[in-house]
Amino acid sequence: MTWTRKHLLDLQSLSAGEILEVLDTARHFKAVGERKIKKVPALRGKTVVNLFVEPSTRTRISFELAEHRLSADFINFTAEASSLKKGESLKDTAKNLEALNADFIVIRHQAAGAPHFLARVLNAHVINAGDGAHEHPTQGLLDLFTIREKKGSFEGLRVTILGDILYSRVARSDIWGLQKLGAHVTLCGPPTLVPRTFEELGCRVVHDLEAAIEDADVINLLRIQHERQRRSRFPGLAEYTALFGINRERLAGTKPDAIIMHPGPINRGVEVDSEVADGERSVILEQVTNGLAVRMAVLYLVNGGRLPADEAA
Amino acid sequence: MSVPHVLMETAEAEAAIRRLAQEILDRPGSAASVVLLGIQTGGVPVARHLASEMGRLSGQTVLSGDLDVSMHRDDLDHRLAPAIHSTSVPADISGKDVILVDDVLCSGRTGRAALDALTDLGRPRRVQLAVLVDRGLRELPIQADFVGKVVTSQPGDRVDVLFGDADRVVQVVMSPGPTKGILP
Repeated sequence: MTWTRKHLLDLQSLSAGEILEVLDTARHFKAVGERKIKKVPALRGKTVVNLFVEPSTRTRISFELAEHRLSADFINFTAEASSLKKGESLKDTAKNLEALNADFIVIRHQAAGAPHFLARVLNAHVINAGDGAHEHPTQGLLDLFTIREKKGSFEGLRVTILGDILYSRVARSDIWGLQKLGAHVTLCGPPTLVPRTFEELGCRVVHDLEAAIEDADVINLLRIQHERQRRSRFPGLAEYTALFGINRERLAGTKPDAIIMHPGPINRGVEVDSEVADGERSVILEQVTNGLAVRMAVLYLVNGGRLPADEAA
Repeated sequence: MSVPHVLMETAEAEAAIRRLAQEILDRPGSAASVVLLGIQTGGVPVARHLASEMGRLSGQTVLSGDLDVSMHRDDLDHRLAPAIHSTSVPADISGKDVILVDDVLCSGRTGRAALDALTDLGRPRRVQLAVLVDRGLRELPIQADFVGKVVTSQPGDRVDVLFGDADRVVQVVMSPGPTKGILP
């Protein structure tokens, strides 16, 4: 399996082999992070623009550090202090950045499909760092990396994703990736946030927490995304916690080797209490470490990727 | 040349590795201070084979590890991203006599990348290069210190060392076609 893609836009369009290629590559970049000298020259002389139209801290920092470690130069472009505030279109903004010879655009945008649009109009490599409620492929890949590291393989593995599925791009990337690799996905949360329509993607939809987690090998807790909900989809955070929050008592009803994941930032005391978040079954901080390795792997692989038209040129 | 041409059979390759082992042991310095690092992927079985041969000849354990140079290559802009393999160094290489081992030496670019990759891991006392086959066609001022066999080849040929069980060389063949990994 050799990676040929010029962009990373979503997990939906990747094959199982391509996903595993990223995970294998990331394993070696993780090893680089454990050395005394953590930097390699793979992207020396390349320019990356981190175009974060929607605010982000952890994903941007993770990408920045990945770019540093690959010896790339990067600039951060955020919506708050930019021409986008003055009414410039995304296309014009991106074209201007490309005119500065940017080789990569890492884009976070509130509109689903924004990265796909840029990939059509730019020559640069485009990496989706989260588009609306559509996908967050590098988060999906780091979740898969972490699961593989802990569980060995995906075949027959039971993964429960809990919480705000409807508004979650992480859930969609996880679902695509997990199913391609042979895992069984259960979704759970309030019916308003976990509609039955997700069954069409091949997921089991359960609205009872106990049934959702009792036989799970992996429990992935998603953040309740206040900012993405135009009107409240449930009566209140306290009720959500009472029905779906993970605490020690509820953890006792799961498989003893089930791991707890969370993409962060955690709403402590809402979707998970501190005892579980900081407990020995939690792999939340390992996800952060793995995210760096996965993003290095993605940048490294797409750097070699070409579109057929480019090869003719 | 239109068909694969056999450059070495098993017996000749094994004799070459035995001779390389003896030459490395004959150079100044003790076997205990040597770390062999096989360059991924073809250099790895040669290094392991060489280490066991050196161990047999010297009666001392010779350390051997693997070095991947993908992230340090100078042609990453001109090819699909090469698959990365593991780097595993058996000991701190600082102050050691490192011998980089590869199956085939051609342009010298892999050797250059290996020197850079090595610098990230420590500061050896000395670095040398051992190869099973030197096929010429250098593009950089890099030479091997220990060579199993010198052959002449054309830029359009490829030279492959085929390995069998237990790091044994089955054959070394030359055939027409591009070197692996390079876009046509």
